Amino acid sequence: MTEQDLNVIVATDCGSTTTKAILIERTDEGYRQTFRGEAPTTVEAPFEDVTRGVLNALTELEELSGRRILDGERIITPAHDNEGVDIYISTSSAGGGLQMMVAGVVKSMTAESAQRAALGAGAIVMDVLASNDQRAPHEKIERIRTLRPDMVLLSGGTDGGTVRHVVELAEFLAAANPRPRLGASFMLPIVYAGNKDAQAAIKETLGDKAELHITDNLRPVLERENLAPARDEIHDLFLKHVMAQAPGYKKLMSWVGAPIMPTPAAVGDLIQHVAQSRGLNIVGVDIGGATTDIFSDFLAPPPKGEPAGEGQRVFNRSVSANLGMSYSISNVLAETGLANIMRWLPFDMDEADLRDRIKNKMIRPTTVPHLLEELKIEQAIAREALRLAFEQHKQLAVGLKGVQRGRTISESFDESSSGDTLITMADLDVLVGSGGVLSHAPRRSQAMMMLIDAFGPQGITRLCVDSIFMMPHLGVLAQIHEAAAIEVFEHDCLIYLGTCVSPMGKVKAGGRCFEYALTVDGQTRNGAVAAGEIVLEPLTVGQVATVRLEPARGVDLGDGRGRAIEAEVIGGVVGVVFDGRGRPLEIPQDNRSETLTRWAQALDAYPA
Amino acid sequence: MAHTYTPGLRVTERTTVRKERRLPIAGKVIVEQGAAVRAEDVVARAELPGDVATVNVVNQLAIMPGDLARYMVKAEGDTVAKDEVIAETRPFLKFLRSAARSPIDGTVETISHVTGQVLLRTAPRPVDVRAYIDGVVAEVVPGEGVIVETTGAFIQGILGIGGEVTGELTTVADSPDVVIAPSDLSDDLAGKLVVAGALITSEVYARAGQLGIAALICGGFHDRDLRELLGYDLGVAITGHEDVQPILIMTEGFGKITMAQATFDLLSAHAGQRASANGATQIRAGVLRPEIIIPAAESTAGEKVQAPAAPAGLMEGAAVRIIRQPDFGRLGVVKALPPGIEAIESEVKVRVVQIEFSDGKVVTVPRANVEAIES
Repeated sequence: MTEQDLNVIVATDCGSTTTKAILIERTDEGYRQTFRGEAPTTVEAPFEDVTRGVLNALTELEELSGRRILDGERIITPAHDNEGVDIYISTSSAGGGLQMMVAGVVKSMTAESAQRAALGAGAIVMDVLASNDQRAPHEKIERIRTLRPDMVLLSGGTDGGTVRHVVELAEFLAAANPRPRLGASFMLPIVYAGNKDAQAAIKETLGDKAELHITDNLRPVLERENLAPARDEIHDLFLKHVMAQAPGYKKLMSWVGAPIMPTPAAVGDLIQHVAQSRGLNIVGVDIGGATTDIFSDFLAPPPKGEPAGEGQRVFNRSVSANLGMSYSISNVLAETGLANIMRWLPFDMDEADLRDRIKNKMIRPTTVPHLLEELKIEQAIAREALRLAFEQHKQLAVGLKGVQRGRTISESFDESSSGDTLITMADLDVLVGSGGVLSHAPRRSQAMMMLIDAFGPQGITRLCVDSIFMMPHLGVLAQIHEAAAIEVFEHDCLIYLGTCVSPMGKVKAGGRCFEYALTVDGQTRNGAVAAGEIVLEPLTVGQVATVRLEPARGVDLGDGRGRAIEAEVIGGVVGVVFDGRGRPLEIPQDNRSETLTRWAQALDAYPA
Repeated sequence: MAHTYTPGLRVTERTTVRKERRLPIAGKVIVEQGAAVRAEDVVARAELPGDVATVNVVNQLAIMPGDLARYMVKAEGDTVAKDEVIAETRPFLKFLRSAARSPIDGTVETISHVTGQVLLRTAPRPVDVRAYIDGVVAEVVPGEGVIVETTGAFIQGILGIGGEVTGELTTVADSPDVVIAPSDLSDDLAGKLVVAGALITSEVYARAGQLGIAALICGGFHDRDLRELLGYDLGVAITGHEDVQPILIMTEGFGKITMAQATFDLLSAHAGQRASANGATQIRAGVLRPEIIIPAAESTAGEKVQAPAAPAGLMEGAAVRIIRQPDFGRLGVVKALPPGIEAIESEVKVRVVQIEFSDGKVVTVPRANVEAIES
């Protein structure tokens, strides 16, 4: 079937709790997402068949759209008149998604590259093993034995380098004799993507103990990563082994018109497609109940000595496996500490009471905040979960470590080195948030505040939320029809919140931060932003304005300290937020309640 | 979506409980189908592979991996004693001889000619699986384990800490809303499963530990006390592996919360009987709740009591518990289920339910914030 034949597309995302179905149709205005249905996922007992949930979600879609999609338990294809669809596609994260263990020789080099490959393939990385990770051999073996991954990615050594260390890791794997999480009678799939000279020894060591798959070295030379072959092999094995073991997936695989993708891999692919086709630096976040995924696609700076604009686009994904808003909410508290959560609360609260409330949300994860005070507590925790997840992402999204570079004397004084994060907030064009706490916040300005507070965008940054979490569906659609996926993404998936304008670095409280002149439709609105304050200017969805910014002395809005800039800003359901609070954001603790209340009022974030 | 409320915890006077007792690796089942078992009886046994120790022989002897075979004294599969020589050089001058020795008692598992590493493994460790509940062996899965079945009372808690225990059930609280003091616990409670009221304080927990109490069952517990007890913040609700005594089972949640009357009454009615309890909890897909199982004294075999069908949803007149502020922990009955979506105080738009308390007060709460009380 060609792209031209795709007029009606139905896509599902089988999540751990909910299966979400969307209908995409070609209209006079292009591809549009038209209807949405959902039903509980049915991977667990008593159903133990994922297709039940899919059929239920499709039935709801039929009821809402009036289009007949099912003939009994068969999806009608192709579409004609008001019946059937041209293709059915799906993603899945049910049953815990894809859980992997990765291993490499040097923790900061091949092990880190292996981690990036597994994460990029949509996996949750359970542990990263390395020859130099400070653990004794018996501790490594015990760890491998106790984990029950779906598969293992083994790497190590550059091509032509030493084979000994990577074979040693294979020996540990063989001694531990790990078993896969699903299907106890199957051998554990192991992907080897290390030094090609070690392939024979790896075969000899692991050949009869695991289902070994050998692919190209993911770090053939120190200066270059080659993650795609390992990532593709992981996807194939995910379908053949992990999916095939999960209840009902064999049937589901026979229904789809394109391979089922792990949900995060689909979201990542979509973000890559959009970033690369539009030439934008994007950060996307999905904060769920149990985990928080962050995706970024950035133009990496060119190597020293090469002209600007010659850099490569680099995609990264990180998973903070235990940062989330329900199952993992208590872990946010454990990781950040009570004080960091309390600092976002515009009222005083007994610490023991706050602890008990957070734990009660953990044990009853489906409850919703009834009181305004409870909503504020959840949004305070969300800020910390997002902040921590972003910190972890920045540590992973780095340049390759161990690369030798020639340095001039001036560069030696510069703090930058190989291994610097690629995420420079001043270069970020678009920040996309998704997940219940952001997408379903009662007021959109709350989502905007949470994103600004947690990520601290600098300069001029556009902010959006995913309306109903359809990025997974669009990611898998992008595999077969990229243009349709991007069209729906821009028109129906994103809710444009607006633009944030913020200085880089700290500002002196009390003084002037910057002045602005916002011109839209020939009308100019002038205003001033005091240091430590926020000003909101309305600018609706689709409106484009030019803004001239005059920073105070010492304040940098992107073009150097005290230098005025002129730029284009795009509106949204919230508007343009002129944020004079400086970076990193500091909350004055002596008048915390008052300050937080004032900031919230500036955006009309909460009812009076 | 149909799933707009939280399914409740089971609290039932009589049901058939089946417990899968599985070995972690293949082994041997040592009871037969139909056999009567006590909770303490071993029903299956296996041998876990021993720990691995590594000796980097090539480094120790300063030789090349390819030459390792010439220097090995032991072969793969040989048994070795601690400090026994496994490889050595044989130079012309004896005082230049160097040797690699075994750090453990065990066997030689592999000798690598690529890395020069020798892996040794200690003797296998036996692992026993016990019946956990008094009952009969309903099914045997050869080489893997058994299913033990019993009929009796079954009570689920919301969160527990610690693993499996068995002992006599007893009550020290007069009513489900009291907070007991350390002085309410006496020496004769050692080894027992003790039902308290609305809250266990850290002082009461410490006293219970001194007395050798096996389990404490209560409405609530403060998180700050749990942190002190565990030595860390419980990040995700996956428990059961904690080495604590007594084990702790909360029936309602964190904080001081009156135990549901039905739970308290059922536990009190069975005081003096033998019961098994497990604090293991997992609140994710495949949810696992802590439990108390009280096998009926008169019959543990044959009788099958059907578990009630899963509730179809919230219905007018159904007994429910509110599980979020305000009114967290209060019990009531469903008065009405307004159709459509309403905005609540937080401005969140949700489907709601009207709940009537015993004092006649009616409140409107999100359906997601009530829990059915199941029996």
